[in-house]
Amino acid sequence: MEYRKYIADKLPMKWPYPIAYDKETRENCDVLIIGGGLAGAFAAITAAKRGARVVVLDKGAIVRSGAAGVGIDHWGGVHTAPGSKYAPDEVIRAPSRDNYAPGHTKYIAIKEAYDALLELEEYGLKIRDEDDEFLGAPFRDDETKLMFAYDYESKHTIRIPGGEQIKVVLYNQMKRLGIKMYDRVHTTSLLTKDAARGARVVGATGVNIRTGEFYVMSAKTTILSTGCPLRLWEFATELVGSNAHHDDPNCAGDGNVLAWRAGAQLMMMDKSHSSSGGRRYPAYMTANADNTWRPCTIVDADGKEIPWQNRDGVICETFDDRNKLASGQKMMASGGQRSPYELRTPTIIYDLKERIESGEYKLPFYADMTQMPDDERRVLFGVMLGNEGKTRVPVLETLQNAGFDPEQDMLQANVLPPQYMGTDEPWWDVKSPGIGGHNIRDTAFIGYGGLVVDWNMRCSLEGLYAAGNQVAGVTGAPSAAATGRYAARNAVEYAKTAEQFPVSEAQVAYEKQRVLSFVNRDKGYGWKEVQLGLCRIMQDYCGDYRSKEVMEMGLWWLNSIRENELANTVASNPHDLGKVLDVDTRLAIGEIMLHQSLSREFSSKSMGVVRLDFPKDGDDCGYYQTLNLKGDEIEVGKLPFNYWLENGDYNEAYEKNCCL
Amino acid sequence: MLMGNAYFLPSPAAPNECVTFDESKCIGCNICVDVCRCDVMLPNPQCGKPPIVTYPDECWFCGACVSDCPIEGANRLNHPINQRITWKRKATGEIFRVKYCYMK
Repeated sequence: MEYRKYIADKLPMKWPYPIAYDKETRENCDVLIIGGGLAGAFAAITAAKRGARVVVLDKGAIVRSGAAGVGIDHWGGVHTAPGSKYAPDEVIRAPSRDNYAPGHTKYIAIKEAYDALLELEEYGLKIRDEDDEFLGAPFRDDETKLMFAYDYESKHTIRIPGGEQIKVVLYNQMKRLGIKMYDRVHTTSLLTKDAARGARVVGATGVNIRTGEFYVMSAKTTILSTGCPLRLWEFATELVGSNAHHDDPNCAGDGNVLAWRAGAQLMMMDKSHSSSGGRRYPAYMTANADNTWRPCTIVDADGKEIPWQNRDGVICETFDDRNKLASGQKMMASGGQRSPYELRTPTIIYDLKERIESGEYKLPFYADMTQMPDDERRVLFGVMLGNEGKTRVPVLETLQNAGFDPEQDMLQANVLPPQYMGTDEPWWDVKSPGIGGHNIRDTAFIGYGGLVVDWNMRCSLEGLYAAGNQVAGVTGAPSAAATGRYAARNAVEYAKTAEQFPVSEAQVAYEKQRVLSFVNRDKGYGWKEVQLGLCRIMQDYCGDYRSKEVMEMGLWWLNSIRENELANTVASNPHDLGKVLDVDTRLAIGEIMLHQSLSREFSSKSMGVVRLDFPKDGDDCGYYQTLNLKGDEIEVGKLPFNYWLENGDYNEAYEKNCCL
Repeated sequence: MLMGNAYFLPSPAAPNECVTFDESKCIGCNICVDVCRCDVMLPNPQCGKPPIVTYPDECWFCGACVSDCPIEGANRLNHPINQRITWKRKATGEIFRVKYCYMK
């Protein structure tokens, strides 16, 4: 007998929330928002301000949900602020690290990132150094009191001294606007007109993961604003010495799978990269070197300072030089030797690996704030660590409580093999591909694939819009905020004249039966074992080296797991049910990824994927791969890179569709 | 005194206890339970008592439970051992680390 079942039978303790598997709540609205993170919150506020009846569903707690739920220390991509050096039309043409990110959503983000930040200020977020704490600092504009980060000359990234409260501020604004919010409701399906795949989206179903209550939403328009799928290749929290793969457990790829099953078009779904394998979280103790900790001084075990150099090999003589452009450079945006030359920031010296191996610098290294200029130390070990998600409590407060003093103590960095020093980030490189080992891949921190949206941010299905991370190529907080606003304006415009159709009761009944089957079972697999099984399939059959035979075997495996183990998985309460549904979603994402990868008959250097049967690199192919369900068949297709470039003019298309 | 533990229990999840409570301070308001994105804690069946950390292995270590706790020092994020790191006092060379931080 399984011990948990034994304990459950013996103990008198009951589930603390009222169980309501037989209860159903129905709602009717103009705009239904699925996922209440940054994109969803901005979408909800925008739609409500324009008079729409808005409902938001979130499987977490909206007040703190999403990638920015516990804060954000900087707001990048600001090119429309007074004094911004480069106009959006210039920035959009700058080279990118990601050749598979469509320009239109990027352009929307560039156009509205600063407006979104001002909107946050209007709702009460502190975005300026109001109390003149950093008066005269080289990163501060004394007129506007804005504090810039990383690139002190072209000033496109703003530090947010109140960033920790970003979701709280948005949540309070949503409450003020009377937006209906449901926490802990896991959306399980999109409902379509007459239950037909590919037809207009008319609502959604969900289940409360505390009570088991079922939800049926009827909506004129639906905006998907969930996260991108994470933890596909590695899941367990216990695995790696200095940590396991530790992405947000809620990010299963819900929006993508909901849309996929309804028949919407996705693209670039095989976009992933070799992963850091989970050293990212402790990274936040000592690193995240490309932003939060930049440009901290690094010393070796003997206290010898590691020099910095700019992109041209010129050594940074002073601390300030680390934040300055190279001669002739217009703007810098990302660190590391692999970022485009045009945008590359100063980093630690490029030959650090050799100099460690020769014994010149000794491990371990330390972040030495003691010798940094006073305002730089205070802004790092205060504003930045105090506001970035997952650093305020886990890093800043934990260290402070334990007695760490940035004025006299040096914080140790992870001890990593020398080849990972400075390849992707300014110094010790916890995001560096390869640390996780072969076949451990990732979708985080890059522009992932996802939903295809048009210039209205509408998906390929009528009535369905999308914003934020699960839109193909959209990544980062300012982009989430900008696309949330923009998608909502278009959704409201559509809802003004759209007819509302009834949901299909047959579709609702089918979905309810499917979802509740996991709690109507006496015994079976637990969700974790199935999740770990899925991870192994992804490692082996959707790893760094692929071929038709290998991937087809992967698809066979996933299908077999769906029909056997997943079909016999048991949830012992509504919380467990949410986890099973996450596994179901990740399994579907795995299938979509394999189908997409099969459709790409070339290797991709930028993704780090070798097709053993098609070894030639095809990154210059000039098109995006798409796929969608048509009936029960998978349809694959191509969209040219310039698909959204109407007349070669982003601004014209933006002005025409932005609904402002 | 010999404790002699002999409970009929499965092995503890890892990390063991992502958030720990000071029972003398916690008022059992369950705000931490409700701001947690992962529903890691369940309300204590006994009203006014600290929540039960039921799913510590699902914690994302975001710290919202601590940030939003209305009582200073009533709970603490327990940084997992495999994620702790040292620091060195520059003047003396002395090494420190985040140590055992369970609450009494």
